[in-house]
Amino acid sequence: MTRAQAHGRHRFAWLGRLWSLSTGRFGIIVVLAIGLTALVARFWTPFDPQKVDVQNRWDAPGIPHLLGTDGSGRDILSLLMAGARTTVWVALGAGAVATLLGLVLAVVGALTTRWVRESVAVLVDILIAFPVLLIAMMLSSVWGGSLWVVIISVGIGFGVNIARVTRPELRRVLHSDFVLAGRAAGLTPFENLWRHLLPNVAPVFIVQLSWGMAVAVLAEAGLSYLGFGAPPTEPSWGILLKDLQTYISVHPLSVVWPGLAITITVLGLNLLGDGLREATDPTLSRRRTAARTPQPVVVS
Amino acid sequence: MIRYALTRGALLLLGLFVASALIFVTLRVLPGDVAQVIAGLNATPEQIAAIRERLGLDAPLPVQYVTWVSGILRGDLGSSLLTGASVSSELVQKGQVTIPLGLMSMTIAILIAMPFGVISAMRRGHRDGTLLSVGAQTLAAVPVVWAGMMLVVVFAVWLGWLPAQGFPRSGWADPSLAFRSLLLPAITIGVIEGAMLMRFVRSATLQATGQDFVRTAAAKGLTRTQALLRHGLPTVGLSIITVLGLQVAGIIVGSVVIEQLFSLPGIGRMLVADVGARDLPKVQGELLVLTGFVLIVGFAVDLVHRTLDPRQREAE
Repeated sequence: MTRAQAHGRHRFAWLGRLWSLSTGRFGIIVVLAIGLTALVARFWTPFDPQKVDVQNRWDAPGIPHLLGTDGSGRDILSLLMAGARTTVWVALGAGAVATLLGLVLAVVGALTTRWVRESVAVLVDILIAFPVLLIAMMLSSVWGGSLWVVIISVGIGFGVNIARVTRPELRRVLHSDFVLAGRAAGLTPFENLWRHLLPNVAPVFIVQLSWGMAVAVLAEAGLSYLGFGAPPTEPSWGILLKDLQTYISVHPLSVVWPGLAITITVLGLNLLGDGLREATDPTLSRRRTAARTPQPVVVS
Repeated sequence: MIRYALTRGALLLLGLFVASALIFVTLRVLPGDVAQVIAGLNATPEQIAAIRERLGLDAPLPVQYVTWVSGILRGDLGSSLLTGASVSSELVQKGQVTIPLGLMSMTIAILIAMPFGVISAMRRGHRDGTLLSVGAQTLAAVPVVWAGMMLVVVFAVWLGWLPAQGFPRSGWADPSLAFRSLLLPAITIGVIEGAMLMRFVRSATLQATGQDFVRTAAAKGLTRTQALLRHGLPTVGLSIITVLGLQVAGIIVGSVVIEQLFSLPGIGRMLVADVGARDLPKVQGELLVLTGFVLIVGFAVDLVHRTLDPRQREAE
């Protein structure tokens, strides 16, 4: 085996650990399934999700409508598949915004001069108190509701969270020997950041990102339900919930499906985050094997 | 302690300032011409000028900000652009629904989280303990709207025990009816928040079982359960207090959605309506009150935690 291969093997060892955990495996499967559904729905759904078919209103689940139809005869499975696209888009978008904001805040908060660092820390502590939904409503009142508003508000809310967790981690890594060695070897601060600092905080970061995407899925559903997310014509799980709510006393079963889709997706992302944390944090797995070891009292 | 309270109080003031500035910038500065946004695309220049006049938009921005903040300090949160009603009096009125709803939700959340969290930690590795934590994980992933719909189907539509929607017009004049209308919404928020809180209780309990004083108590002849309940639970309770601030934020968010679902005339539903109608001055006041409340609760929680936790007192 060449050195590069050995290195590559070691690098992805966490994936094997992740798969061996029940939380991680469930998370991987769900996230892949939702992603795949969204991809397939881009090209194919069993029926046209927006096609009104008055003949087949409120069909019970069966063949050909596996999950039944809604009040205008639209196929619920196709609506759910098309809605997965919106969900994936919002989760990825919010993840990207959160990554960008979180990294910038963490890097500025960890690597600059003292008073800038401290101000960023205080700012992050304050911003973290803002509930994502209130940020979204604030933006909606100015620009009207849209998926962009959902993406940006969840991105801000979770970017701050990521910064809060990543910043101390960056500070910790900053004082390790290999960073010092990098500096001694003549790496510029930026190269050092890219080669040594960021890869070492990546685990913490990715865990947060996974949890943040779960929040994004919930927020999209909630805000679309309130009328501040996806436009009514767009396929979205939140919109579907809102549409079906009107008939809930007559057709309670139909409401089950979109809710189930949201719950499974959120659960998958949450468990993926839990699994990633366990797979990438060596101290945690050690703690797991020696569960009863008394721990030092943490005085925060 | 006094030193800590002062520093923490300064942070609270700073937080309130940042919150108000952010809200002001977003709602007054970013839109460009606020009067145009409020009036909509079809407004005549006269209408726009009238709005500008009423909101004092001709003054420089810092002056507008100071006017707004000094109004708040006098208890004047501004007034609705559409109805002219004062925001503070509407908040007081709608608070009669939202505040009881929040308190009921929180009580239910704690009543669920404390026993089940402790049990799931003590039964870790056993089938029932695992089942409890899987249940909590799953419930915490449920969107609150959907949980509400499912509860409506079961308890209002099928069983007919509780009203599915609405709040009595007479308010709390008929306390039992008002209470019954809030019960299902409060259970919805309480169960979801309780599931999240339960995970904190579980990990706090697990941490407590490993502590020296619990082991010592067990070594002195108490059973493991007795030792945990008598000596470990106080530390669990303390750790719950620290996440209470988070819970309050969760309950506010939950009530915005749930008041919509159950057609409750509360603060959350008013906010949704005002955002929809672009009543910016009103939204501005409401958002400040809600975020300010979250910040103040966070401050109070930190102080209480500091006072109650002997380890923190000694650390000084």
